[in-house]
Amino acid sequence: MDDRRENEPNPMNNRTTIERKSERELVVTRTFDAPARIVFEAWTKAELFMRWWAPKSAGVPLLSCEMDVRAGGRYRLEFGHDASNSMAFFGGYIEATPHSRLVWTNEEGDDAPVTTLTCEEKGGKTLLVLHELYPSKEALDEAIAGMEGGMPEQFEQLDELLLTLGASGERS
Amino acid sequence: MVQYTQTRFDASFAALSDATRRGVLEQLGRADASITDLAEKFHMTLTGMKKHVGVLERAGLVSTEKIGRVRTCKLGLRGLEEEAALIERYRQLWATRFDELDKLVEELKQKEKGDGRQKRK
Repeated sequence: MDDRRENEPNPMNNRTTIERKSERELVVTRTFDAPARIVFEAWTKAELFMRWWAPKSAGVPLLSCEMDVRAGGRYRLEFGHDASNSMAFFGGYIEATPHSRLVWTNEEGDDAPVTTLTCEEKGGKTLLVLHELYPSKEALDEAIAGMEGGMPEQFEQLDELLLTLGASGERS
Repeated sequence: MVQYTQTRFDASFAALSDATRRGVLEQLGRADASITDLAEKFHMTLTGMKKHVGVLERAGLVSTEKIGRVRTCKLGLRGLEEEAALIERYRQLWATRFDELDKLVEELKQKEKGDGRQKRK
């Protein structure tokens, strides 16, 4: 099955992989065809971060984003369709080494992970590794399962509404 | 793929052809257990039980995990498939996000190149 050869252009290189490394760790990887400096910039400048973190297909837009990227600095993201129906994610940076390493906490609940982002540049390409360490096995189980029912109900309803509106818009 | 499925079926049937192994599956359906627990329950040696569990594991019917010195067994297939499906959904979220990031990174790269050219003029 695995007949990939090195030094050959391979569309699979830019594939996002995910692996549960242990009961409490999840690792996501992706290669980008750009220097680490640029990838890192897109993660750490709020105005750039906002352009990709919440893809349209995810349904819930990012309303605001504040980030003070330095050890001890804070971030805050607000998702929602309007300010009265928003959901906030926030935490702090533990480490920020330009272009290579960023470590941050989530503080919305006790079950949130500590995330480590590393960017490793090789031949003009950047391997991005996102490592999430959860406080317990249950917390990670829940984070994975939460993709299904984790969104507040009002978001789901709005999603459905938007889907309907989107679909009728396409038809006209 | 067909061959893989066939092999998997054969392995499952072979695994289920033995009364002890069917008993082990029934037992694990009630609760996870260590190999030592299972050996005691079925009045077998540890080595004998390890072999049976090995057969079930290869058939995908049981999964085992070693924590410290104890190897815990649980029903495999279904649980694993569910977890794999959930993880795949999580992967897709990241894949979508990273595809967007890819576009942005490409744009920034092109912009940088453009700026570089202008400076050289």
